Amino acid sequence: MGARQGYAGVAVAAPVTVPYVRYSVRSAHWFLARALAGLIERAGLRKRDIDGLAVSSFTLAPDTAIGLTQHLGVSPRWLDHIPLGGASGVVALRRAARAVQAGDAEIVACLAGDTNHVDSFRLTLANFSQFARDAVYPYGAGGPNASFAFLTAHYMRAFGATREDFGKLCVAQRANALDYPHALFKQPLSLEQYLGARPIAAPLHLFDCVMPCAGAEAFLVLSEARSRALGLPYARLLGAIERHNAFATDPVQLRGGWAMDRDDLYAQAGVGPGDIDFVQTYDDYPVITVMQLEDLGFCAKGEGPAFVRRHTFTRDGSFPLNTSGGQLSVGQAGAAGGFLGLVEALRQLTGEAGPRALARAEIGLASGFGMINFDRGLASGAAILARAH
Amino acid sequence: MARALTRPPRKNPVLRTRLPTLPPGARSRVALGLTAAAAEGRFALQACRDCGAIQYPPREACHACLSGRLAWTPQDGAGELLAETTLHHSNDLFFRERLPWRLGLVGLDAGPTVVAHLHGDCAPAPARVRVTARLDRAGQAVLVALPEQETPNMADDKQLRELTCDPKFRKILVTDGKTAVGQALVRQLAAAGADLIWVGYAEPWKRFPGFDELAALPQVSLLPLDVTDSRNVRELAAEIGGKVDILVNNAEHHRTYGIANRAGVEDARAEMDVNYFGLLRLAQAFGPAMRARGADGQASAVAWVNLLSIYALANFPPHGTFSASKAAARSLAQCLRAEMRPAGVRVIDVFPGPIDDEWNQLLPPPKLSPAALAQAVVRALQDGVEEVYPGDVAQEWLARWRENPKALERELAQ
Repeated sequence: MGARQGYAGVAVAAPVTVPYVRYSVRSAHWFLARALAGLIERAGLRKRDIDGLAVSSFTLAPDTAIGLTQHLGVSPRWLDHIPLGGASGVVALRRAARAVQAGDAEIVACLAGDTNHVDSFRLTLANFSQFARDAVYPYGAGGPNASFAFLTAHYMRAFGATREDFGKLCVAQRANALDYPHALFKQPLSLEQYLGARPIAAPLHLFDCVMPCAGAEAFLVLSEARSRALGLPYARLLGAIERHNAFATDPVQLRGGWAMDRDDLYAQAGVGPGDIDFVQTYDDYPVITVMQLEDLGFCAKGEGPAFVRRHTFTRDGSFPLNTSGGQLSVGQAGAAGGFLGLVEALRQLTGEAGPRALARAEIGLASGFGMINFDRGLASGAAILARAH
Repeated sequence: MARALTRPPRKNPVLRTRLPTLPPGARSRVALGLTAAAAEGRFALQACRDCGAIQYPPREACHACLSGRLAWTPQDGAGELLAETTLHHSNDLFFRERLPWRLGLVGLDAGPTVVAHLHGDCAPAPARVRVTARLDRAGQAVLVALPEQETPNMADDKQLRELTCDPKFRKILVTDGKTAVGQALVRQLAAAGADLIWVGYAEPWKRFPGFDELAALPQVSLLPLDVTDSRNVRELAAEIGGKVDILVNNAEHHRTYGIANRAGVEDARAEMDVNYFGLLRLAQAFGPAMRARGADGQASAVAWVNLLSIYALANFPPHGTFSASKAAARSLAQCLRAEMRPAGVRVIDVFPGPIDDEWNQLLPPPKLSPAALAQAVVRALQDGVEEVYPGDVAQEWLARWRENPKALERELAQ
């Protein structure tokens, strides 16, 4: 297999968040519309300038991206619906970047958003996938809580991780979230509070579990030249990977697709793990953050617990992680959870992070993970972005 | 170790009876293969006929070689518990009412990793377990991981009891105590821990052989019951219907005629009146109260057992009208099963071959002893299955019927 072409000339810009709410009576269409309107306003575009559209949403059903074109009155010449949950941000970015490079679209709006009605999370779980409906949902937990409880219990046994290790990540992310206006959790979290929380699915307790909510995230993918012409600050895309159903014969998930493709990622980007200034992991449960840190080469497999004990993960610390608080402190707005880290990375790299701006933010990594189809997450992806000078 | 179940306290009639809820019952069509096997007490997974790979969750194509030729194949279920969790939260009503609930992730020796209900006696991971399939209250197959070796009070495990219809501490109506089969049923249900057994007998002015022995059992209460008498059935239901947890309908009328060797329809009508309409009368009278008590505490309404016949599958001409009445009853039992399912009450059909009794005198052995039949019924309740084919003859007929029903029809006409 030959080396993949790079992403030269591609700009990623206009990080937009539609503020999160715990529950909403609006539909997903409303949140996606607000996201598109936010992009247009931020970039100073007219709606008809958007000629590419990528959409990710769980609660848009029965509609998909095509229905949304008529709903929102847009006429793109490039359209993608990306039902990949937590991996949808990286995947949308990869596909949109290629469309822009090839000239199939000039300005691609990448949107992800979901609503959350009082009972919609349960209904999403019940019909998440055929395997989940046949072989997980009938067992009571339905959603990812039980699946991540298995992965967490197994990881703890295999590598000696403790609840304190996972708690350290959750506590640090909460500290990061206190300066993020869209975070639904606004109170500091102490390790004592984390350890004393009620059990949900042992060994997972309340603060290990992401909170479903409604909201949306979005960004634009376009050429560097066009971005400059618009006066839009942007980040360059150095490299990106995705992988699906990796390591299918592992009896239980201890690693994700990142481990299969990280050499390709760093080779394409021309940087190594040591060059990364900050990392935004997909963090619906802390164990998967630890796996991403291992599989993306920041430490060896099994050394996650020692790595966690060695770093602070706060913005002013030794390994800035999930600098807006991550989903664990912001909330999980469905598929928007797969965009959250990318959008925050863009803010850090384009000087839009305000009080959260890192002392050094030249190169950042955002990764995604999604779709607990049965016993494990199937989709993984990662992107390395750099500040444009 | 599972704590031994204790006799539930008397029900407080003032308190509201909780309405039954069910675990999620939606399945893809291909996944119903697991249910079909579990309904007969078997654990089967799809095996690829081309490369042998075992599949789970159920699939339309082999995950290894893409072959579409997948066959449900019996499994021993041996495997290793890789990880476990205890749910303290569920979005689902059924489980929410039963928390905490233990689940395991098991790597089967056969290949796949499965999510399973985890018996309380399984040791912490990593531990050897055996996985089997059981029907849940929704009537759909689920996997359950059991300890590798039997443990004391194993059947009393809180989670396992939700998957079975164990007679222990339950109140049971056996509709006919006059026959050898009825008496064997009563004795074995008593031995299995039944709390109370009402035993019907159709002709209260006559003392049938064995009456005194039955009456001497401390759990037993003998009551007049003629399933051909609608009023009698209704009145009995009014008296005890709100307490029956398991109904075993063994009332049967059996004559040995086909069509040509008997004039008139009287015998056939009598068979239908007991074997088919009797079931219908009982179902109309006892069904509603049982449906309302599907979640009535530790000893809820849980099962309805029909004594059918292997002749219900294919007509046995020497017992032609009897076969027809049992085929009608089998069909009605499917209707009853559909109507009882929302309450989580299992309908168990028993399909014996010829029983060793007067009406099968001319049939050659092997014939099923009443004790063996009763044992099969108790076992079916303990395992929570839906269909039982006890004895060698029933097993052989079933295999022949499944393989080629037309061939069996010709063979029976010899």
